Amino acid sequence: MNLQSQTRTRSVEDSGGAAPAAPRGPLRRSARWRSSRWAAWGFLTPIAIYLIAFYAYPLYRNLDLSLRDYTVRSFVRGDAAFIGLANYQTVVADPTFVPALLHTVVFTVASLFFQFSIGLALAVFFSHSFRLSITLRALFLVPWLLPLIVSASTWSWMLNSEAGVVNTALGLFGIDPVTWLTSPNWSLVSVTIANIWIGIPFNLVLLYSGLHGIPVQVHEAAAIDGASHWQRFWRVTFPLLRPVSAITLLLGLVYTLKVFDIIWIMTRGGPVDSSTTFATWSYRLGFGSPLPRFGPGAAVGNLLIIMAVIFGVAYISIQRRQQQA
Amino acid sequence: MGSTVTRQRLAALAVLAVAACPLTACSSDGTGSTTGSSTTYTIWDPYPQFDKGSEWVTLLSRCGTDAGVTVTRTAYDTTDLTNKTLLAAQHGNAPDVLIVDNPVISTLAEAGVLATTEEIKIDTSGVEQNLLGAGQLNGKTYGMPIGANTLALYYNKAVLQAAGVDIATVKDWPALTSALAKVKAGGKKGITFSAIGTEEGSFQFLPWFWGAGANLTKLDSPEAVSAVSLWADWLKQGFAPNSVINNTQTTSWAEFATGDYAFAENGTWQLANAKKTGFEYGIIAIPGSTGGTAPAPTGGEFVSIPVQKDTGRYVTSQKLVACLTSTDNSLTTTTTLSYIAPTKAVQAKQIAANAELKVWVEAVNAAKGRTGDNLGTKYPRISQPLWTALQAALSGSATPQAALTTAQTAAAAATK
Repeated sequence: MNLQSQTRTRSVEDSGGAAPAAPRGPLRRSARWRSSRWAAWGFLTPIAIYLIAFYAYPLYRNLDLSLRDYTVRSFVRGDAAFIGLANYQTVVADPTFVPALLHTVVFTVASLFFQFSIGLALAVFFSHSFRLSITLRALFLVPWLLPLIVSASTWSWMLNSEAGVVNTALGLFGIDPVTWLTSPNWSLVSVTIANIWIGIPFNLVLLYSGLHGIPVQVHEAAAIDGASHWQRFWRVTFPLLRPVSAITLLLGLVYTLKVFDIIWIMTRGGPVDSSTTFATWSYRLGFGSPLPRFGPGAAVGNLLIIMAVIFGVAYISIQRRQQQA
Repeated sequence: MGSTVTRQRLAALAVLAVAACPLTACSSDGTGSTTGSSTTYTIWDPYPQFDKGSEWVTLLSRCGTDAGVTVTRTAYDTTDLTNKTLLAAQHGNAPDVLIVDNPVISTLAEAGVLATTEEIKIDTSGVEQNLLGAGQLNGKTYGMPIGANTLALYYNKAVLQAAGVDIATVKDWPALTSALAKVKAGGKKGITFSAIGTEEGSFQFLPWFWGAGANLTKLDSPEAVSAVSLWADWLKQGFAPNSVINNTQTTSWAEFATGDYAFAENGTWQLANAKKTGFEYGIIAIPGSTGGTAPAPTGGEFVSIPVQKDTGRYVTSQKLVACLTSTDNSLTTTTTLSYIAPTKAVQAKQIAANAELKVWVEAVNAAKGRTGDNLGTKYPRISQPLWTALQAALSGSATPQAALTTAQTAAAAATK
């Protein structure tokens, strides 16, 4: 939001700055216009090259990979036959497809829901400053700062069915040990819990700064009008936080859809396919065996991209509607 | 395969995004320098644990000096090395000498990346046939084993003694199972292994699979079912921990190192760690279902020569390979890498130097390549359904029979 208003003010300044140059002869103006146009292209080139090299080309290659019949031989020779959507048909017909899709949806929705609600609760909690609140808030950022390999390994150690601390703790309450990572019923739950833990700081930080953007006067006015704490949260804070919430959820969604490391380190997507999502499946197809299947792997990756794009477009259209309203 | 597998897999994560984008990303840095007829020769190996000062790298540069060239060595993680090599071959700049995990040889040979030993005139006659098998495809040989390792059973002497088990009686599966039962009755834990849902899981299961007399071309045979049932029953009865479903060979070793377990299935590479455990251990070969030694899969790398545009380079590359695998140097190489040598002559020297290696030499001699039996590139397509079936049976989501029937259907479809 902040960014947008900034660009808007800047564009106003720009046109203001250009104004004095305008009243000149038509000839000079066009020469000047042309040179400034060249300058504009000059400024655009680096970003254009960057976008092409790091976004457009990989995307194109990925699309190309998914539309060709790549074997190791044709990969090396570069003569893979164009086979249209056959890789996508293979992927959709695969027995892993439906479970992987389902797991991706459940993993993403559950992660987003809990990350957001816990993150929001903590943000509200920390918005009243109290002693140690800064220290505590800093501590809450730790999961985000840790390298994923460290946090995922720690989680898989804690949830180990033989010697994990979680089962030991449950044992103190007389609860039977749970086979967190090795049971088809629990593996998805386990990786989701770990992912929620990792995602909370992200939501906390964004929502916390969103809360600070809400003017205190609105709260005071609501309080004077006799609104309870609860009403003030649902009727004032929550609606005013909506733009920040939307971008937090969108970023979280894109982030969560492609989560790979945590799942791979904790369960390898198993046992069987019980915690396989599109991201881990794509990796397994492309790199998980000595004989790679690049085509279907790329096809699964592209399905993920399509899912993310759909939500991105939905976000933009909702945002546009809100601005018009 | 080795203790470094987990780290390799994990390190590979660093270069991964969602889909195949890493492929393009890799291409920028996956280039070797094999331009023209320069006197610089490139060697790629999967031993990132050895740095410049190590014996291994010293040996490489010495071989280069002997051949009159400069050697540039690059180490990659095992999983990374396959993709890097495929990409380099695609761009026509594969390394001059490539040292690569044995099941990958058939993949690279299938891709047309490797030259045959016939072409580059490397003498493989001294090499044990069971080790060479992994490097052969359709009657042609694509490299020379640099050394081999395999799996055996480590046991904890104190735990077995307390349970009243005489290790000499553990000659077949029933004897092993009853030993596990005694250990459990005595309050200790039975056996740990790795049944993780990756190639590592298949690697660990194959001795039992082959030891039952099963064949990879028929995953749902009664012999195969008996092997899966053995493991599934161990889990059900608590002889093996439930964590094996998620264990890598490293985590499984960590369980054994606690001193609570009677047995652990693990490889030659843990020998150094075994000495650090602080308890007395012994090693036996993995028994077959009705006795004898079960064939374990061979681990270890092959030295191979990728195809070059300038075939004149083969002469020097051949010298480098010969240097690394010569009888004199093979002892250094295999000792450095903690491997068993691929030739009888050097194996004898190894035993003479370290009597403890005898059981490993025997295990390696009984071992066989995963991609052997002319399975070649079909092996990865069979291995994946196999480890999936294992996971299904051990986690209780399917019976051994049902899991293997599914696996056979999947493998048959994938290898058509």
